[in-house]
Amino acid sequence: MFWQKLIARIGTTAVTLIGVAVIVFVVIRVVPGNPVAMMLPPGATEADVARLTALYGLDKSIPAQFLIWVQGVLHGDFGTSITTRQPVLDLVLGRLPATLELSIMALVMAVAIGGTAALTGTRLRGTKAEGAIDVANGMALSVPDFLWGLALILLFGVLMPVFHISGRVTPSLELPFTTGFYLFESLFRLRFDLWADIVSHMLMPALALAIPLAAIIGQLLKQSLKETMHLDYVTLSRTKGYGENHVITREALPNAILPTLTLVGVQFTFLIGGTVIVERLFSYEGLGNMAIDAVINRDLPLIQGIVILFAVIFTAVNLVVDLLYTVLNPRLRHG
Amino acid sequence: MNLNRRSLLKLSAAGAALSLTGLPALAAIDELVIAYNVTLPSWDPTVGPSAVNPTIQGIYQSVFDQYILQQPDLSPAPGLLTEWGWNDDRTQVWMTVREGVKWHDGSDFTAEDVAWSLARVANPDTGSPIQFVWGTLKNHRVEGNKVIADVAQFDPTIFKWMYFLTGYVLPKAYYEKVGAEGFEAAPIGTGPYMVEKFERNAYVRLKANEAYWGGAPEFKTVTIKFVTDSAARVAEVESGNAHVTLEMPYEEYDRLKNGPLAGVATPVSDIGMIFLNDIDVMLDPNVRKAAALAIDKQTIIDRLLSGYGVAIDTLQTPEYEAYDPSIKVGYDPEKAKELLAASGYSPENPVKFKIQTTKGFKPKDYEMVQAIVGLWRKVGIEAEIEVYEIAKHYELRAADQLAPAAFYNWGNSVGDPTTSTGFAMFGPSPHSVWDGADLIEKIAPLWGEADEAKRIEGWKAVDRYIAENALVIPLLQYVQPILHAPGVKVVPHASGALLPHLMTRG
Repeated sequence: MFWQKLIARIGTTAVTLIGVAVIVFVVIRVVPGNPVAMMLPPGATEADVARLTALYGLDKSIPAQFLIWVQGVLHGDFGTSITTRQPVLDLVLGRLPATLELSIMALVMAVAIGGTAALTGTRLRGTKAEGAIDVANGMALSVPDFLWGLALILLFGVLMPVFHISGRVTPSLELPFTTGFYLFESLFRLRFDLWADIVSHMLMPALALAIPLAAIIGQLLKQSLKETMHLDYVTLSRTKGYGENHVITREALPNAILPTLTLVGVQFTFLIGGTVIVERLFSYEGLGNMAIDAVINRDLPLIQGIVILFAVIFTAVNLVVDLLYTVLNPRLRHG
Repeated sequence: MNLNRRSLLKLSAAGAALSLTGLPALAAIDELVIAYNVTLPSWDPTVGPSAVNPTIQGIYQSVFDQYILQQPDLSPAPGLLTEWGWNDDRTQVWMTVREGVKWHDGSDFTAEDVAWSLARVANPDTGSPIQFVWGTLKNHRVEGNKVIADVAQFDPTIFKWMYFLTGYVLPKAYYEKVGAEGFEAAPIGTGPYMVEKFERNAYVRLKANEAYWGGAPEFKTVTIKFVTDSAARVAEVESGNAHVTLEMPYEEYDRLKNGPLAGVATPVSDIGMIFLNDIDVMLDPNVRKAAALAIDKQTIIDRLLSGYGVAIDTLQTPEYEAYDPSIKVGYDPEKAKELLAASGYSPENPVKFKIQTTKGFKPKDYEMVQAIVGLWRKVGIEAEIEVYEIAKHYELRAADQLAPAAFYNWGNSVGDPTTSTGFAMFGPSPHSVWDGADLIEKIAPLWGEADEAKRIEGWKAVDRYIAENALVIPLLQYVQPILHAPGVKVVPHASGALLPHLMTRG
């Protein structure tokens, strides 16, 4: 039963990706903004236009261009970026670790902040402190991530210059890394000096991404906990003499956390989407920053590659969350 | 965790420890850090879209030399070429190549490199976007330390292109050895700085070329961080993370230049203008002239750009060769009303058309167009604003499908009239939307005019004709704001290129 579901989900995931590929390919070619027009200098003639259009393969029909692209993809070739003249696959895979590290760090921070807020709010329910937490939650939710980013830059970049404002690592440092996962590899190599530098660069963008998500997690988890706290088995544990902290964390939380888990999975994909603006703001060298450059320059092969990779991440995360939910929820696990 | 004074102190100490992980100190500037406003997509300055992007030429010029050096006032000076010219009948060009210059890998720079570089960009197969210029020379050959080429089609501006877009000398032997991909990975030039480390979208770290023919740069290490968001760039210099930055809102520039930072703001070779397309109501000269006369350029500059701008009446700025200060259009709303009345329009019965503009592509672009539309309304012009992306502007302009009016900015760091008025207003050019036969007739003979004085006077006459007939509305010359730490002296370049080798301690 489980394996059948898994195979069916993988099948629908593949169809989704093909659909995304077709739609993106067509859309970016029909919307205004021709990469050749972008690079034409003053004085270029019609012949120059035709020559450059042919050079980048844009003189063929869209179906013909798509077929060429698909043939390349089947051989692992996602094309060559028009602006950087580098293979698209190398470029996107080179940037993926930076975005994944940033997203994971933001997720961890969001879970920690949101979880703490929910547990504290539940523990202090009915007091002024709960009201204060709710107000803070509302504020965190109503401000978008890039505005949090600007506020953090002002606070920790200018007024109290504690953290780095831009980039991923200090350029003067020698990096011994063999993978793009700088944060994890620095820990693995016990290079805490590099780790501290990388964290100093990541903290503000990760926090900007984490704050709105933390508010959502905090709100949902607190609501779930509130409902669970009224259930009979929780009352029973209280009558057994367990303290309130034990009742909340050991009895209520395991049941209350399931809806939050699903939400975290879905929101993680939105969080990766949010990196586009935040990476730009902090000049963080990830996929999102590269995506904006690609769109500005109408670098069609690179846009295509980045969108496909984002789509793969989104569908993979959703798939994992669904499977995890099945494993964790006994009612689903036993059919 | 109880948040008491002790724990707060611990947190502060942890924060301070993190802050010591590499923030550059302002006190002693050993390594110059520049927060740059655009990223560098590619290292080849001669092919692809990056080659024609004016905003990254400063980075290219730090690593590569152009054939001819361009000085901060836009005038040419001996560079890798020490002398140049045509033969008497203009059938050949000759160039004398500087001796004793080394590439960054230590190999000798030779005349072969110059001949090969010129031939390469003249070859249509390389993807050179300026092939239409370089292709006017052929049969490039070396004679001692001279390069000779035959003129396939006379272009009086060919030597000006040698300090303009794609006019860079690349290393023949090295490029042929490593190929295009190898060159992207490890570029070398003859310029004042060598590439030490490059992270795309993040930064480039440069080391001084101590053997530079023009003298070793003062700052031995320069890091150029690509910080595309202007608020983040300002924060970089304000916090001391960077020593120099450029292109920030003028309000921010004013706030910081007299505070902890120093600033320099000078006019650059970039203008704001309104293209008029010869369609619909723009075929009526009264409408065009009224539209031009109704704009109070100086007030717009003062109110919207904090005074940072120079009002212009032709597509030439005061630094350009064909600038003629006697050509004036002026601000005359009453005259504008009279002209419109002659065509049957008034504030009660306005002439209607669309004006296109970008929003945020250039400083206050949308706000300027809003102000212009407000001024037009007072005289009897009702313009509907359409906001579009710059990419759409390029596509529409190339297809001659711009609206009757369209705001745009035009860069011309070489300062020649062909690359401003010429390409913007010559009907057959894909960059022009004015197709009037009368203007084409006036411009056509100037493309091949060999007498330089006559050529420049010819362009001045064209500019006067354009102004008198309002075939385009020039608005202003932009001013580039640069903020820097007090310990750095910045020499601004009229092309807009921010050049670290011109920076000194001061």
